[in-house]
Amino acid sequence: MPRQRLALALGLCLLTGSSLWALWVYVKTWLPVSYVPYYLPCPEILPLYPQPKLLEQRPTGLLTLTPWLAPVVSEGTFDPELLQHIYQPLNLTIGVTVFAVGKYTRFVQHFLRSAEEFFMRGLRVHYYIFTHDPAAIPRVPLGHGRLLSIIPIQAHSHWEEISMRRMETISRHIAKRAHQEVDYLFCLDVDMVFRNPWGPETLGDLVAAIHPGYFTASRQQFPYERRRVSTAFVADSEGDFYYGGAVFGGRVASVYEFTRGCHMAILADKANGIMATWQEESHLNRRFISHKPSKVLSPEYIWDDRKPQPPNLKLIRFSTVNKDTSWLRS
Amino acid sequence: DTQPDVPVLTPWLAPIVWEGTFNIDLLDEHFQSQNVTIGLTVFAVKRYICYLTMFLQTAEIHFMVGHRVNYYVFTDQPDNVPRILLQKGRQMVILKVQSYARWQDISMRRMETISIFSQERFHREVNYLVCVDVDMKFRDHVGVEILSSLFGTLHPGYYAIGKQFFPYERNPQSQASILENEGDFYYTAAFFGGSVPEVYRLTKACHQAIMMDQANHIEAVWHDESHLNKYLLYHKPTKVLSPEYMCHTAEECIWFQNKRGLSTIVKRVRFVTLQKNMSYIRTDEGSAQTGSEKGNGSQPYSSS
Repeated sequence: MPRQRLALALGLCLLTGSSLWALWVYVKTWLPVSYVPYYLPCPEILPLYPQPKLLEQRPTGLLTLTPWLAPVVSEGTFDPELLQHIYQPLNLTIGVTVFAVGKYTRFVQHFLRSAEEFFMRGLRVHYYIFTHDPAAIPRVPLGHGRLLSIIPIQAHSHWEEISMRRMETISRHIAKRAHQEVDYLFCLDVDMVFRNPWGPETLGDLVAAIHPGYFTASRQQFPYERRRVSTAFVADSEGDFYYGGAVFGGRVASVYEFTRGCHMAILADKANGIMATWQEESHLNRRFISHKPSKVLSPEYIWDDRKPQPPNLKLIRFSTVNKDTSWLRS
Repeated sequence: DTQPDVPVLTPWLAPIVWEGTFNIDLLDEHFQSQNVTIGLTVFAVKRYICYLTMFLQTAEIHFMVGHRVNYYVFTDQPDNVPRILLQKGRQMVILKVQSYARWQDISMRRMETISIFSQERFHREVNYLVCVDVDMKFRDHVGVEILSSLFGTLHPGYYAIGKQFFPYERNPQSQASILENEGDFYYTAAFFGGSVPEVYRLTKACHQAIMMDQANHIEAVWHDESHLNKYLLYHKPTKVLSPEYMCHTAEECIWFQNKRGLSTIVKRVRFVTLQKNMSYIRTDEGSAQTGSEKGNGSQPYSSS
């Protein structure tokens, strides 16, 4: 009968309509890869304010709180036992990304061994080793609750290209699998070793680390990208700290947004035939000005062993391995 | 522009908010770009309704200016709520609640009410909740620097003294009991808050603990404040507000604060109590008195 048919058709329309709506809502809330808007950042008009200084007036103290109320983590500012006690029952998994491409595969063993000794002891960890040569990655015994995944990536001829691709690779990797596997993610350079405990005091929504070469410098001296044409451009009046590209991290969703933003900016520069002066570190620094980190790690967490250790940095936790950079990059 | 010589970070890396530790322009920019709405809950039950006018007028001048604010006024007399002219982006929601015979119950039932409303409507309407006493007024800026997942405020009467002297509930039969060697700070129940989910968790836990105590015929020495302190000991706040955010102006308290050296540290008096009888200040530092001795005086310290 026509009325029955009409009712049936109406019911079917309603069902289709509501399932389409439900699908749209689902897609809107988590669609990491397929829709990526073209992003060209406009210079933010931030009010001028004095640069925060890591070394306080008192000669022995380090700044412990940024002007936007992010803690600056250094030895003595936190109770490691208390933090372990707080984080242990939360059953979190901490991810780590490292890129071991070309000759950099030789650093993996020492990196992993030192991480097993010092990084997030007692917590679940998942290492992601991105490499062009999976066979070159050594087997390192891992502690309980700690995993390792080797992810093959394309090799590039120029080390700059490799470096610039990291942001894209990390964001893609998060979208594809890391968002399901880890709660927090740290993106570290591989040519470094852990020398002292690195624990849950470093966990936060978006975490940056102060570059060891510039923590006494004024913002005008920071090696920001200074060409206006670049998306990584930073004016003389801008800047808080110069952050190192070797260490950043945070909640996995925040790291996704951060790396995606940097990647978009890198693409925009590429379209204009520009490469920023310190590659992705320049873009990282640009982004950290407008998206301030919720936690800042002191240079204890990103040290350069060639530098003499100043008295106010009490415990070097993560630092460079002595190496011949020019040979490595050839 | 130097930082004050006060602790600015807890051992679990939560900032302690003092004047001089933050740049408000940076923080305003951050929160404005996220278009946050802040809910302010206040209970004006029985004669406490008379405090509303001053409370709301001063909040209009000093509280979260430039951001969206919802005042949630819980009262047993909705018709007597003063109609205050509010700035743009700010609105008042009047919510009827039950009155209780005992002021202690009125105070403790706030936990239940906030938890229910958090679940039923606050989560849809605001990003952050700030829960305060009504017999107070704002005297200086209280803004987005306080916002965090979970924040507590240092009680000025117990700042800079040893934890063994905090008026925690010590009776092991109570859900709020804290052992002698435990404790970080003594927080006031007159000013706490956080994200809606975290405030929901806190108020629900406190309400359940209060009900369990009631079933065992126990009442914690400082009522909802005792339970709040127990909760924040085991669920550390992500920000702690300095005593700038909870000041006492009664003469006796000023004397007491001076004795503690507090007036030299508190550079901005932001949120102050109106006349309250502060019986706690009659205890010396050397003698930690139990709850039953403390509760003298017709108008107790911590609440309506």
